[in-house]
Amino acid sequence: MRVARSPRTPYVLIAPAVIAMLGFLVYPMGSVIYYSLQHYDVTQPWDNGFAGLENFRVLLFEDPLFWQSLGFSVKWVVVEVVLQLLFGLALALIVNETFIGRAISRALVFSPWAVSGVLTTGIWILLYNPSTGIFRYLADLGVGSYDTAPLADPSTVFAAAVVAELWRGVPFFAILLLADLQTVSGELYEAASVDGASRLRRFVHITLPHLKDAIILSTLLRAVWEFNNVDLLYTLTGGGPAHQTTTLPLYVAAKAVQSHDFGYGSALTTAAFVVLTFFSIAYLRLSKFGARS
Amino acid sequence: MNRVSRWQIYVPLGLYLLFTLVPFYWMVVFAFRPRGSDSLLPWPVTFDHFEHVWTGMGFSIFFQNSLLVGVASLISTTVIALAGGYALARYDFRGRQAFLVGMLCTQFIPGAMMLIPLFEIFRTLGLVNSLWALVIAETVFQLPLSLILISGFVKNIPVELEQATWVDGCSRLRGFFAVVLPMLRPALVAVGSFAFIHSWNNFLFALMFVNEQDKFTLPVGLAFTIGEFSADFGALAAGGVVAAVPVVLVFAVIQRYLVQGLSAGAVKG
Repeated sequence: MRVARSPRTPYVLIAPAVIAMLGFLVYPMGSVIYYSLQHYDVTQPWDNGFAGLENFRVLLFEDPLFWQSLGFSVKWVVVEVVLQLLFGLALALIVNETFIGRAISRALVFSPWAVSGVLTTGIWILLYNPSTGIFRYLADLGVGSYDTAPLADPSTVFAAAVVAELWRGVPFFAILLLADLQTVSGELYEAASVDGASRLRRFVHITLPHLKDAIILSTLLRAVWEFNNVDLLYTLTGGGPAHQTTTLPLYVAAKAVQSHDFGYGSALTTAAFVVLTFFSIAYLRLSKFGARS
Repeated sequence: MNRVSRWQIYVPLGLYLLFTLVPFYWMVVFAFRPRGSDSLLPWPVTFDHFEHVWTGMGFSIFFQNSLLVGVASLISTTVIALAGGYALARYDFRGRQAFLVGMLCTQFIPGAMMLIPLFEIFRTLGLVNSLWALVIAETVFQLPLSLILISGFVKNIPVELEQATWVDGCSRLRGFFAVVLPMLRPALVAVGSFAFIHSWNNFLFALMFVNEQDKFTLPVGLAFTIGEFSADFGALAAGGVVAAVPVVLVFAVIQRYLVQGLSAGAVKG
């Protein structure tokens, strides 16, 4: 071969990525862990200094909001991921069939994926508002009542946020699962239908096993994403009413940004990172990701 | 093979389309119908709301800022991920495995929780209130998935195709441009559009790293429209249309490649 393979080449190629990620991901993460062991409150500089595990002791034993926001995060993630997966899978199966108008249907049902959390909030505020929203026009038709205000009512605010997030979240699963459905070999289905297998049996014995790894990976990615993402709840409910819809990251943002308690905010961050990492490892292990079925 | 009957497709699809499209329609109606109108049709059409948000509320500047950040993030993410992804796919080097594991770990880092340390870094670099801070943060968070996607694609290209060009007297670099790059087009479209859409939509970084109004991006501008209790729903809807049109257009063009790209590359590794 004319061109000698320099052993330096791969390092040169990968250097920009490594430098960017060391400087702006790894180093900040390290500094979060460092700060979590410090008293570091911009408004109370006289108290700053090494704190040991004090922040974590407060977090575990004296902060009901930590447990409440963690509990809500879990509820939010589970409800969103399960519903998004079910609707996304159904949608992927439908638009994988051959029918007239398939291309345009795909483009339309996938489109909310491209929309931001803030824009989703804007749209659903219009829809939910009692004076501009859909419930007023439904009431004109005799369905429901004129004073329905899902975001103002503590008993409906959760469902209202879930539906709005579902609207832009389902396409993620639909896109990923459709991509994977297209790699199922048609011969398997034909063989199965020659053997007289029903549609349901073919779905359970061919489609689902094929999709297994894609489902595990997409639910994990989505769970982490839904856990971390704050845009929608931050703008739609602001975590309220009365901290009812405050996720852990929302709580951190409030702690760090509004009360400038960086030390304690960093401890919360570290706790969230540990929870996510353990959850992810356990999830991949228990679901036997990559194992032959 | 027994086929699915028509209604089994069209009924659930129609219902879901309703759920998808009614919210978009609502936004369009409020953006185009005159103030005080109760009609559910955007008629008579008025552009007053657009004029108000575009010139009066500064959305023309927000739009430029978003476009700048989006395009710059697209370019930097694609170029860095292309170089790194190629190295990961084609070379076996020391530290490769550690790098892959490290990249996976970064997926669990909550963006919201990096705000404090990133803010301190950008302050040291003098980049607070600079759009470049957003470009850097966006690029870094996009890199891991982009690298994985591109290296998956490169692996799918037979190495013999590349080697053939070296024998012909091409350098490795020229062989890369002649053979690999054209075949990577769907991957580059996917990675580039991911990067553009993500940075166009990012809210939290833009909210925290930029405080001056002439540096706001569209999501921040939109959030302030939502936060105002004046309840100018026409302005909110028009601002929403301004923020939605570019990404929805980009998405409409690329969604076909996206499904193809993912089924060829990422999902099956």
